[in-house]
Parts: sequence; structure tokens; C-alpha cells
Amino acid sequence: MTNAWTDIRNTDLVVIMGGNAAEAHPCGFKWVTEAKANRGAKLIVVDPRYTRSASVADFYAPIRPGTDIAFLLGVINYCIQNDKVQWDYVKAFTSAPYLVKAGFKYEDGLFDGYDESKRDYNRSNWDLQIGPDGAVMVDETLQDPRCVWNLLKAHVAQYTPDMVSRICGTPKDKFLKVCDMIAMTSAKDKVMTSMYALGWTQHSKGSQNIRAMAMLQLILGNIGVRGGGMNALRGHSNIQGLTDIGLMSNLIPGYLTLPNERETTFDTYMATRGFKPLRPGQMSYWQNYRKFFVSFQKAMWGSAATLENNWAYDYLPKLDVPAYDVLRAFELMHQGKMNGYICQGFNPLLSFPNRKKLTVALSKLKFLVTMDPLETETSRFWENHGEHNDVDPSKIQTEVIQLPSTCFAEDEGALVNSGRWLQWHWAGATPPAEAKADAWIMAQIHLRLKELYQKEGGAYADPIVNLHWPYKDKNDPKPEEIAKELNGYVVENVADPNDSSKMLLQKGKQVPGFAVLRDDGSTACGNWIYSGCFTEAGNAMARRDNSDPDDAGTYLKWAFAWPANRRILYNRASADLNGKPWDPSRKLIEWDGSKWSGYDVPDIAPAAKPDVVGPFIMNPEGTARLFTRGMMRDGPFPTHYEPFESPVTNVVAPKVRGNPAARVFRGDMEQFGDSKEFPYAATSYRLTEHFHFWTKHVQPNAVVQPEFFVEISEELAKEKGITSGGWVRVWSKRGSVKAKAVVTKRIKPLICDGKTVHVVGIPLHWGFTGVARKGFGPNSLTPYVGDANIETPEYKAFLVDIEPIAGPVA
Amino acid sequence: MYPPLPNPSVSPVAAKLSDKNLMRRSASTIPQGEPVQQVAKLIDTSKCIGCKACQTACLEWNNLKEEVGFNTGSLTNPHDLTTASWTLMRFTEWVNPETDNLEWLIRKDGCMHCADPGCLKACPAPGAIVQYTNGIVDFVKENCIGCGYCVKGCPFNIPRISKAEGKAYKCTLCSDRVAVGQGPACAKACPTQAIVFGPKEDMKKHAEARIKDLKSRGYKNAGLYDPPGVGGTHVMYVLHHADKPEIYAGLPNNPTISPLVEVWKGAVKYAGLAVMGAAAAIGVVHHLVNGPNRVSREEEEAAKRLAEGETK
Amino acid sequence: MSGAGPSTSGSVHRGDPVLVDRYTVGARMNHWVTATSLVLLALSGLSLFHPSLFFLSSLFGGGSWTRVIHPWIGLVLFVGFLGLFLRFWKLNLWNRDDRKWLLSPRAILTGHEETLPEIGTYNAGQKLVFWQMSLLIIVLIVSGIAMWDEYFGSYFSITQKRVAVLVHAVAAIGAICVWIVHIYAAIWVRGTISAMTRGQVTGGWAWRHHRKWLRNLVTKH
Repeated sequence: MTNAWTDIRNTDLVVIMGGNAAEAHPCGFKWVTEAKANRGAKLIVVDPRYTRSASVADFYAPIRPGTDIAFLLGVINYCIQNDKVQWDYVKAFTSAPYLVKAGFKYEDGLFDGYDESKRDYNRSNWDLQIGPDGAVMVDETLQDPRCVWNLLKAHVAQYTPDMVSRICGTPKDKFLKVCDMIAMTSAKDKVMTSMYALGWTQHSKGSQNIRAMAMLQLILGNIGVRGGGMNALRGHSNIQGLTDIGLMSNLIPGYLTLPNERETTFDTYMATRGFKPLRPGQMSYWQNYRKFFVSFQKAMWGSAATLENNWAYDYLPKLDVPAYDVLRAFELMHQGKMNGYICQGFNPLLSFPNRKKLTVALSKLKFLVTMDPLETETSRFWENHGEHNDVDPSKIQTEVIQLPSTCFAEDEGALVNSGRWLQWHWAGATPPAEAKADAWIMAQIHLRLKELYQKEGGAYADPIVNLHWPYKDKNDPKPEEIAKELNGYVVENVADPNDSSKMLLQKGKQVPGFAVLRDDGSTACGNWIYSGCFTEAGNAMARRDNSDPDDAGTYLKWAFAWPANRRILYNRASADLNGKPWDPSRKLIEWDGSKWSGYDVPDIAPAAKPDVVGPFIMNPEGTARLFTRGMMRDGPFPTHYEPFESPVTNVVAPKVRGNPAARVFRGDMEQFGDSKEFPYAATSYRLTEHFHFWTKHVQPNAVVQPEFFVEISEELAKEKGITSGGWVRVWSKRGSVKAKAVVTKRIKPLICDGKTVHVVGIPLHWGFTGVARKGFGPNSLTPYVGDANIETPEYKAFLVDIEPIAGPVA
Repeated sequence: MYPPLPNPSVSPVAAKLSDKNLMRRSASTIPQGEPVQQVAKLIDTSKCIGCKACQTACLEWNNLKEEVGFNTGSLTNPHDLTTASWTLMRFTEWVNPETDNLEWLIRKDGCMHCADPGCLKACPAPGAIVQYTNGIVDFVKENCIGCGYCVKGCPFNIPRISKAEGKAYKCTLCSDRVAVGQGPACAKACPTQAIVFGPKEDMKKHAEARIKDLKSRGYKNAGLYDPPGVGGTHVMYVLHHADKPEIYAGLPNNPTISPLVEVWKGAVKYAGLAVMGAAAAIGVVHHLVNGPNRVSREEEEAAKRLAEGETK
Repeated sequence: MSGAGPSTSGSVHRGDPVLVDRYTVGARMNHWVTATSLVLLALSGLSLFHPSLFFLSSLFGGGSWTRVIHPWIGLVLFVGFLGLFLRFWKLNLWNRDDRKWLLSPRAILTGHEETLPEIGTYNAGQKLVFWQMSLLIIVLIVSGIAMWDEYFGSYFSITQKRVAVLVHAVAAIGAICVWIVHIYAAIWVRGTISAMTRGQVTGGWAWRHHRKWLRNLVTKH
């Protein structure tokens, strides 16, 4: 989230698209109801299904799964055509006036530089023209045909309302109504918020779905302001924490990146990081990269990280591939190249696509360790559960070790919510039986490995034997100790350069924030973005003061938000070039002639002049990117690609199947079905009654949603002779499931490119463990392909067939 | 936002659940309890997202063990109120004939806590159903005899009888929580304030603001459901279409206690005793006036003559 | 006529007074089973009918037991009464004398039977009791089944059940009133009760109240 949950109440218009906030995020959805009740805000829901969010919406428009980009580019086109643009914002705060390299072009669904054999682009032309002064070349008048604005205008021109309706199946009048409601927020005193979740990410072009909306929000001037923003609703209570802390295979904490195998030295690693500003006078925050990196290395390896050994740079693994994402991990298992798997708080057997392939992969492992409070399907993948897990245990040799762990309510610590708030919580219950905290388990593994390495040696044992392990009880690191480490502390005294009698930083003290972190080894910080969460003043995450001046919704004294307790990212953009708020009733920060101040922590240097320093300081240009340069693998502009399995061909690029830059493993392409064999568009989703595969272990949740079902329209039911409450079989090229049918008016057939498209909705909460009825998950059906940039599996759009069947004999 | 109820005090609080706090008690007469503020739960169907947190909170707080059922083609689960499910989200897919738009109406069903409770009126067991002075209608398990009269008395078809236990169950409006200054568990769990709880007058005012907002959004018949036919209720709804409550999974339009029940528990109850008493009294009076109808000696003789005459 | 009715042969025993057999052992047992269940039903039913009579439920082990037992006793009553019905229905068929008898209420109520026509086994009042009871018991069993939620709850709608409880209550009041008349008549008309205790009445009783019946017995013999 750029903004916070509490800030949603400040909006004028909520657009829920690519998510279903009311069902999947009911607690956060309260802020939508607040905005509606107190401000008269409107709610738009765009979804293939009339969801529970739609049930409280002011306007609902249907859309075919996997066509969000066409819809959003259509809205951008509408705004440009109808002059519904926050021009001052666009010109000053976005890359609209920047000139793009001459070689960049888009044609027939592909950008320049495409290599079909590699399914990848040569992205060298996807960049800005840099002048002799090292700065980006600009045309403030937006007249130059090579400026980003004009390229964007041309790029979206084909997404007319008719075209959008043809691709998305959204009736044209409904699309135009949505456009009209959204376009109204281009006014300086009107704001829209975008709430999205896995409905956008789980596509082979998930990242571009989000970019499309982000671009629209920029054009409307809705980023950085109260009640605006791009608000990713995180699905787990601490999934934001997971990414923050660098649990992605290519990250280290604070969104620093692991080196790749070509970056063999610290200098080569740093050469492509710590960007220089691309505009005169601009602040480029990543210039501090080295400070954050060195402080991280000090936190990891303490005294073993020295200037001489480049702060233990060699201890870091070097990636030979872009990332060991989950799809790649299971592909490697499937190939027999990965033979051990530690599965912590995770249930891949139900979470990843193509379950058959997963079972084969897990069966090839030598060992599987699961750490979970629940008996997951993954930990029981080898057990026969009839048709629900039809395996032969005698043929599976994988040794499975189940380690029962505590549940969040049995331990203290911080959870990071979607709004980046680190909220401390305290144990509410005692762990049952042998359950142990994850930190205790990890400590045991580490200490035993360390002992073995110390005793027996081994290839490059240094990173393990030298790991900094300062915990009071080495066997049981306490959450507070880890939190303090993440915040950062002073390793060596740092004298004040102006007055050597004074100490700038005193050894052993907690650092007050990441601004004081240093690249000379005198500070350590486990995660720079969390710095400030646990200072000498105490545990900021445990703060519970809900005072809120001006009802700004920022609640600066409640818990701690990263970075630097800032509640709305890019909040500098809430004020114009003179530093005055676009909308005085929505003031966040203001320039008083010498400094920034207001109701939020300014996302800019306090003395940065408003007409000089651009608000988007994490970009070296200082502006937001309508054109992403070469940052994304599948194009600097989003463009409409069909899902890999689509009921219709791509009308804007008939030759392209799926996202041309998405990675497809050998053998998986053959497992994609086509619309002749599998005529129905399927999508998967969560229901409000359950949380993933966890709550089916809980009696009340199982009671309120007991049994696996699929949802279809009355029209499809009639066509197929399916009765509501009757049994059906649903199958794709990769698998087959049996389910109850819920026949509903909430799903309607869509007319796409003249063809009737039926949608089959498949919720994901059932498996073969727990107290709910045994059932299947959509991952028995879904294709093994992910987003081109971050490999999130394409769960939201695939093809199936459906037929009524006789139910199982009771 | 309606101000949420404060967290409970951690020091012991005397629960207001004694006879002093009663307004009515089934099949008994009691002195009027201490008057207190009338409470109410307001369910705003236009804010409700059907998440069923209220349902699970009810199961948890009341320690109810409901069975894991089946899907029968609907999201309403369980399929009806049961002795263990005292509240239930009922889902209705309704196409508005005026706009031709689908509306998914979601209503939290459960006891309405009528000011004039039909269950209490019907109940034959003294003290099995009570009405507290704050308006809550509660079943008292130890006094319940499981006769099911409350089911017949209820205009909303709410109470359910446990065959295993022979006891009636329904929503208590968390009388136990309210008695110590808290709100019902469902209201506490509701994420969107679709359920709010407080003094009934405040609830009505809060509802007014909601209705104004709904009218501004084009729901011209938005209104409050507080049916006068049962004296008003302590569970009220804000409905988008208050003119047609029946579209919300059969919420009764202008419910009243059935006239059959009124007659049964009114006229018949008193007239019946009177008639039976009168019959007995007439007998007594008749006897006093006329004395016994005895066989005379002459009649015995006559019989003897007859018998002997024949047998001779 | 079978042995179900009062003895028709050898049933008039000489002596002083003359004794006349009126009810067989079987008939008496049948009667008392029915009578007992009716009393128990009245007591348990009344306890649930009016709060002031709820104390009666303690006779049955409390309210819950009362609720459980009452319908079962109702079944016993139904079967018992069915027996009585089969025994006596023919004797209770209406005839011309009954109408005449009824037309003199004053004579009936003041016990001046000499002015009334001679009566067979049952007089019109007794017949009315019989038929009213028959009708009411049918109504009670049907409405009672509709109220018996434990076994039949799912077969009836709530409205049907509401009709049932009302009808059951009214019919029960009626039945109790009929019963009061029945009991009072048995007490008021001295010498009656022995018919159901020992099975015999005195000749004088028969002469006074059921002379035609007595004459028939004597002549038939």
C-alpha cells in the first residue's frame, strides 16, 4: 500500500478491481464503509463475479478474467481523450515530458527487441534520452512526438470503449459509466483509491495490471495524497513483512537485492546500484544503498564483516538465475535436482499450480521438513486420501519430518499490515503440546549446523560459523532481540565531525532511524526500512495512541510504519510546485518557505525546495514513471495480452499467445489447453468464510462454509443440465476435480468479440486435512506459468470444461 | 463511525441478570424491575458484507457446537437456524425490477427481541422466558420444558428446540455480556459496523443518518425496520427497500403475534378456566338446590316385583 | 349382541335389593384405564394451559416430564376410548325417546323421572356425553399429533401448529366440561358409581333410571 488502511476513509471513490476487499479483507473493508458513510464516497467494483464487495457497491461492472489491462488502458484513453487529466501533477511529477530513445517502438503486440527463442526482450532501447549534462531530456510542452506522454497517448489510442467492450465483455455503457466516475477524480479536490490484491497479481502479466492502474492514478493526480494511492491488500497478516524482510529468493531485507553470479566483487555489485540523480538538483535515495547494505552485513556477520573483506560480501550467495521462485523450485524438484525442502509456514501442495506435478516433485525429494501449526496437505502429501489425494504411499520414499510450530497468537512479535504498519502483539495463549516458536526451531537448526561445520569443516563454512548470534539464550532468540537487531544499533562510537568532544553515535545504542546508518561498519541494521521501530525510546511498534490531528487518518503515534513512520508514501506529491496542498481539506504536508511539515512524516528531505526536488525520490528522475524504462521484462507500457489459456484470441495482437515474456518451462507449454477442448473461462478466488487452507481446520469456519463448490451462471447451468447443489466435474488439461455446483445470478455470460464466454468460479479453501468436508483446490487445474516479472502463478484466468455427474455414494 | 463500546472493566462487575432486572417473566407475575435504558442492536443491511463473522463469533462466545454441513447450492450455511446456530446470514439474489440490476441482499437472521414477545406470551413454563428491563428477551434453560410453544408464538420463526435436550434456543442478544456493560459478540466481531449496539434511541438516530445516505444513493424506499405490530423490536434493520422487507429472505412485512396465538393465550386461557369452573360450580349449586337423586324404597320394591314376577 | 354390552342373560339377581349386572370386568377395566388417562391428561394439560395450574406439573416430575408424558397418555386415552367406543357405540345410537326425554329439562334436572319416558341402557344425556367425548377425542388426538414436535414437528407448518394448539386447548376445555358433567351425573345420581366399581346396580336404580333396559333384561331372561 502506498497509503494506509485508515486513509481509505478519506477517499471520494473506491475502485475495487483485481481484488475483493469485502470478502478477502473484511476488517480493512471497514474503512470503505466509513468513507461511504461519512464522506458519501462511491464504490465501484469491476470483477468477473458479482462479489460480496459488489453487494455494497454503488456500481458494478463485469469483466472477463485476465483482461484488466485492456480495461484500464481504455480508462486512460478515455481520460486523455476527454481531457480528464490532472495536468499540473502530470507535468511536474511524472515522466510525461521526458524524451524516449528513438529505437523504442511497439507493434503488433510486441515491443522492439523481442527474441522468441528466449521469450525475452533486448531492452536497450527502452530508455530515456540522456542529455550531455547527464540529465534526462525533457519537453515541458509535451509537443515532441518522442515524449512519454505522446507515446502513451498513441499506445492507449486503440483501447476505445468499443474495443474494451470487445475484449473484456463489459457492456459499453457500463464501461463508460466507470470511466466517467473515475475521470471525475482528475479534479484537484477529488481523489480515488485503488484497492487490489491477487486478482491482479495472479496473472502472467500481473505486474503490468498494477502498473496500468498506477499510471491511471498518476494521470488523475491521485498518488501521494490522502484518500488516494495504489493499495495492495496483502493476503496474509504478515505477508508484507515477508517481502520486507527479504524472503524472496532474490532479495535481502529492505528490498536490497542479492548479487548475481556476474557480480563477483563488491564494486561490480555496487556499480549498478546507488543510482545517480537524472535531474538537476534531484535527490536519489538509493544513493544511500551502500550504507544500508554495509549495515545489513554488519548485522549478519558482526565483527566478521570488515572493510578488508568488503563487509563479507563473499558470504552472500550469487544467483545464477533471476530468482529461485517457487515455480522454479518445484520445477527443479520435478527434475530431481532439488532433493531437500524445508517448508516453513507454507502449504505448496495446495498453493502452487498443477498439483499433479507438485506431488510428483515432492515424491522425488529425499527429505521434506514442514514447520506449521497445522497438519498441512503438504506434510501429508504421501498419504492416500481416496480421490482427494490419490497416491500410493508405498511408492513414495520421501522422509517427511513435521515440526509443530506456534500460531501467531501464541507468541509475541510484530505483524506488518498492508499499510506497512509494524504492530506489536502479545501472546494470547500458550502453545499446545510440543509446538515451538519458529525462531527456536531455526536456532536449533543453525546451532547444530554450526557445530557440525566447526567439527567437520566443509566447503566455505564461514557464512555459517561466523553468523552473528548475539542472543541472550542462544537456543531461543526472543522477538524483542530480533526486533532490536532489525532496527539497528551502533557498533562503534562515531564522533561529531564538527565537535570531536561530542559523540554523534554511541556504541551499543539503538539507532534512531536509517538516516544515521553508515557505510564504514560503525552501524549495524538488519533491515533499513524497519529502522526506527525499536529505538532508545523503546518499542515504537507497541505504541497505541490513536490521536489523529485534523482527522488526517495518519495516526502517527499508533505503532510504527516503515519507512521512518511515514503513513503515506510520496506524500510530497500531495502539494503542488509551491508546496501548497492540491486540496487544502486534504493537507498532508506543506512547505512553509523553509521546511516541510504537516500531519505525516514528509517523504522528502525537510528542506528540499518544492520547485527543485521531485517527490518520487526513490527514482533517480524524481518523478513517477509512466514509462518504466527497462525495469520490467515485458514492456515499458502495459499492453493487453490474453491469459495463456484464453477463450478468445487476442484481438489487438492475434499472433501472440499469453504474455510473450513470461517464462514457460519445458513441457508446461504442451499442458496448456485451448478453447476448443476447454470452452469455459475459469477463475479462482477466496471466500470470506475461510482463510486459505488454514481455517478448514477450525470448526466454526468449517460450519459456515463446509464444502467445496464451483459457481456458474444460470445460463451455463441450463445449457449443461446442472442443478444448484448438484455434483459436477470440472477439468482442465492438467487435472480434474469434483464439486458441488452453486448456480447463481452473480455470474453472467459475457459477450467477447462476438462470442459468448461463460465463467466458472472456483474457490480455493478445501483439501484433505482439517474438519471441513474433503475437497479439491483450483490448483489441480491451473497452468504452471507465472507473471513475467515476479513469477506469481496465473491462477485467475485459465480454461476448463464442466459436466454434471452423479454424486459420490454417501 | 458509531463509537465502539469500551473494553470491559477488568475488575469484577455485578451482572444485571437478577429478578430485579426483569420486566416480564413467562407464566408468572413479577414486580416491575428497575427501569433502565432500552437497548437495541441495529443491523445495517447496506453495510453488511456477509462475512459471517457474527455467526462464528456467536458460535464461539456461546460455546455452540454446530455440525459441519453440506453445500446445497447456496452460501447460506447452515441452511437454517438451529439449536446451535442462533444467527445466520441469509443470502438472496434479487433482480430489482426497476433497474434490472442484480442486488445481493444479505440479512443476518436471528431473534428480533420484540417489545411484545410472542414467545414469552406463549410460554407455559414459569420463568423459562424472561424480558429484561433493557428489552432483551432471553430463554432461561433451567426453566424451559421444551414444549415448543415459543415456536408457535414467535412471528419470526426463530426459536429452535433441541430434541436431545428438550430445550429451546435462540439468540440471547448476549444478555450476559450486556449485563456487564459490553455489547453482543456479533456486534463486537462485525468488521464494517453493519451491526451496532447501544441505547435504542441512539440506534434510531444512527439509522436515520444511514437512511439519508442510502436515499442519496438512489434507494428511495430505504428505511428502518422496527415493526410496530410487535411493539417494536430490540433488533432493528436498516433496509434499502424497507417497503418490501419480504425480499430479504422472507422478513415478515408488518409482523404481529398470530391472532390464533393471541386467542389461545388470551381469551381461551381465561374463558377456558371460567367455563370449567362454571361447569363444576353449576354441579355444586345444582346439588345443593336439588339434593341427590336417590332411588326410593318404592322403586327398589318395584324392581323386586318386576324381577320376581318374571322369575316366578 | 355380544358380551361387550351389559349382561343380558342371568344378569338380574334376586335379593334385597335386586342387583342388576351393568358392566363386565372387561368393560370396567377399559373404562378405568380410559378414565385414569383422562384425569392425568387433564391434570398435565391444565398445568401447561394456565400458569396458575403449572404446579400440577410437579405431579409428573416437573414441566419437562409433563411435556414428555402428556402425549403418550393421550395415546393411551385414544386407544382406551376406542375400546369403549367399540363396546358401546350401538347402545348410544339416537332414538325417538331420546328427543322426548331431552324436551323435559326441568324434569331431568329436578330428578322427576316419573314424568319422563322409560329409558333403555342410556339416556339422551349419557348419549350426548358419549358422542361429544368421541368427537372431542378425535379432535384432540389429531391436533395433539400436530403439536407433538418431537416426532411430528417437521410434518406441520407453524400456522398449522398454531391452529392445532388453539383447537387442542378449546377441545380439551370441552372434554373437561363433558367430563365434569359425566362425573357430576355419576355422583348426583346415587347408586351409579357401583356400576363401574362392582359392575352392578340395584334394581331400584335400574327401575328409576333405565326401566326399559331393566324390563328388557327381565323379559329376555
